Amino acid sequence: MESLIYAVLSMGGIGLFFAVLITLANAKLKVEEDPKIELVNDLLPGANCGACGLPGCGACAELMVKGEVGLSACPVADDDSKDQIGKLLGLSHEAGEKDVAVVLCQGGLKNVSIKADYDGVKTCLGSTLVSGGERQCAYGCLGNGDCCVVCSFDAIHMGEDGLPIVDREKCTGCGKCAEVCPRDIIEMHKESHQVFVLCKNQDKGKAAKEACKVVCIGCQICVKKDESGGFTVKNFLASVDHSKYGSNPELPTDKCPTNAIVNVVRASE
Amino acid sequence: MTLFTIFIGAAIINNYVLVQFLGICPFVGVSKKIESSLSMGMATTFVMTLAATVTWLIYHFILTPLNLQFLQIVSFILVIASLVQLVEMFIKKVSKPLYDTLGIFLPLITTNCAIMGVALFLVMKEYTFIESIVFGFSAGVGFTLAIVLMAGIREELELADVPEHFRGAPITMIVAGCLALAFMGFAGMI
Repeated sequence: MESLIYAVLSMGGIGLFFAVLITLANAKLKVEEDPKIELVNDLLPGANCGACGLPGCGACAELMVKGEVGLSACPVADDDSKDQIGKLLGLSHEAGEKDVAVVLCQGGLKNVSIKADYDGVKTCLGSTLVSGGERQCAYGCLGNGDCCVVCSFDAIHMGEDGLPIVDREKCTGCGKCAEVCPRDIIEMHKESHQVFVLCKNQDKGKAAKEACKVVCIGCQICVKKDESGGFTVKNFLASVDHSKYGSNPELPTDKCPTNAIVNVVRASE
Repeated sequence: MTLFTIFIGAAIINNYVLVQFLGICPFVGVSKKIESSLSMGMATTFVMTLAATVTWLIYHFILTPLNLQFLQIVSFILVIASLVQLVEMFIKKVSKPLYDTLGIFLPLITTNCAIMGVALFLVMKEYTFIESIVFGFSAGVGFTLAIVLMAGIREELELADVPEHFRGAPITMIVAGCLALAFMGFAGMI
């Protein structure tokens, strides 16, 4: 009987001691959180993609509530949720058009020449370090899909041809794939911009043609045929200035002798 | 010299994870990145050292005089759970990202059998107060060593050309087995 009382008392005592200790610690170490942070965090995409440059959606929500970053910090959230966050925090935001990733290369396996057999680490970064991978073109896609791995939104996939294909619906414009591409062939463009020179090759015509079938050889035909003045050729490579060319989907693609100029929306249809 | 022997014994020769197979859950769960596994190891070391200290005090000044040794498991659980609560609050206050990285494994230190193992072993081996503290600390160091080694190997494994069906958990198990075999080589040193 005696040991029973001792058992109850000692266990109760130890329990009480720790209860008091934890209560005190809780009061001392309590983390004050603005309830708005939680609400904003729920409205953000929650993919923790890092496109805002912060460690995750939680960190972005915290800075938004503090007013250190604006609504535009998150390139991923759609207009609807940005409106809601704006109402919550008393901020306004301008509805903008989303950006979409564009892969500026058509050097898939059926177009590009193969110069070597690469059997190393299966990443683009790895193959650039080993004399530029297995494809002849020194400017184009390496085909190991670093962009597909980095995408948090399942919006870019490696096609059968060894070229990444962007799902323009799913793409949120976070720009992660453009950042990770060691050849810089992925660029972010407004969704309404549809006409692109899908090539980055700056070699002269003959060398370029040897590397890839669908390549810009700098022939200037697009510059002459397009009246808007949106096309320019520099270093044997044409490029489109969308501020001049606008979003006209009727394009001089038919005129391009190598088919390097493409309407990306139509091409995917 | 005995303290040093205890340290080597608990940290390497009788390594809690790789030789005694205690605390396997966080060993596999939080060993994807060296950074977070190191923090996990340090949190566990902290809890182990404190738990060893407090359980020794409770066992020798409360349970033994009152002849209540049969309550040791219950009281040790109480001590460990409270200590983990304190550590959790502390980490949440000091480093929120670390708190998020450790996630569920932080409260799960409570049920880490390695810590319970430390508390029970130090009673069984009849250590003195100082020896218990060293024992708890070195068990934690051993745990940290094992989990960081594992994380280092797993970071390299990410780049390795592992056959498809072995990716993820299976290859981790194989690596853990190889590590355990390597640590068996220390057996009988002391």
